Amino acid sequence: MSVWIAILATAAGCYALKLAGLVAPQRVLADPRVRRFTDVVPVALLTALVAVQAVADGRALEVDGARLAGLGAAVAALVLRAPFLVVLAAAAGVTAGLRFAGA
Amino acid sequence: MDGEVGTVPGGEAAAADAQEDAQENARAAARSAAVRDGVGVGLAVGLSGLAFGAAAVTAGLSVAQSLVLSLLAFTGASQFALIGVIGGGGGLVAGSLGAILLGGRNALYGLRLARTLDVRGWRRLLTAQVVIDETLAVATAQPGRAAARAGFVATAIPLYLTWNLCTWLGAAGAARLGDPEAVGLDVLGPAVFLALLWPRLTAGRTEMRVAAGAAVIAIGATPLLPTGVPVMLAAAAALPALVTRGEGR
Repeated sequence: MSVWIAILATAAGCYALKLAGLVAPQRVLADPRVRRFTDVVPVALLTALVAVQAVADGRALEVDGARLAGLGAAVAALVLRAPFLVVLAAAAGVTAGLRFAGA
Repeated sequence: MDGEVGTVPGGEAAAADAQEDAQENARAAARSAAVRDGVGVGLAVGLSGLAFGAAAVTAGLSVAQSLVLSLLAFTGASQFALIGVIGGGGGLVAGSLGAILLGGRNALYGLRLARTLDVRGWRRLLTAQVVIDETLAVATAQPGRAAARAGFVATAIPLYLTWNLCTWLGAAGAARLGDPEAVGLDVLGPAVFLALLWPRLTAGRTEMRVAAGAAVIAIGATPLLPTGVPVMLAAAAALPALVTRGEGR
């Protein structure tokens, strides 16, 4: 049941933020420091998510070779400017392939 | 392109008409190009709802929970963040807060788009739900306001429909699959984040520094703090941007 509450709370919070941007006074963006901060916050959060999901299982740090190789394949695909879905397919394909091969 | 027409010498009404026609044609061309862009992005990104649905079920959500999260939250990064914490056995409060914090960028997008979209009343309540990465990206890539609005709507509608349909298909499919890790579904969450992050990461040195700092904070704090908290803590890596003077950009 509490997973449902987390889902609804997340949805409500995300919607409130989307709406806040549309109704907020435009002068909030006038301060260049605010603009820069809000530019880089997503970079920090997304990197943290990639890092934690790459090398952690719950609170334990673990190195999963197949998963890291899959992320490596995603990086290679991004460097080659592959489309979004190709990047995902490369990551899952490499991870699944290595696990199937018993790595 | 609502620029000035320029001064037309008196009596040359025909030339002015021709110029107006040409401008109208250019505006129509820009609008249809925006619609093409938008539908393409909407369908392609919407398809990755398959990945979300599969990852959500892998993390332990039911098919219904996955679908409701997509329908109501409708912002991919936050959704992946929440299920990442749930899958890792972390606290739901920290998971929700991290996901909402990540959704904070949509507020910035709203600020950027408010004047362009200029929506009021119930239309504004509806529009808010689709102010996300992809709609902002398409809208701000268009020349002129009419094309930007066309691009926004053309991205939003196919994206909302495909994302939710694919979430359902992905969740239902993964629920029937034996071991989701065997087919590599656990790597999809971080891979999606990496793809979303990539254009920003390659944008400049500040971004690289912030990213490196965030990774160190998040991994260093992982064994010490409840799951989900290290990711929120990593937002601190962005703080130097508040104090440093604007160098470049």
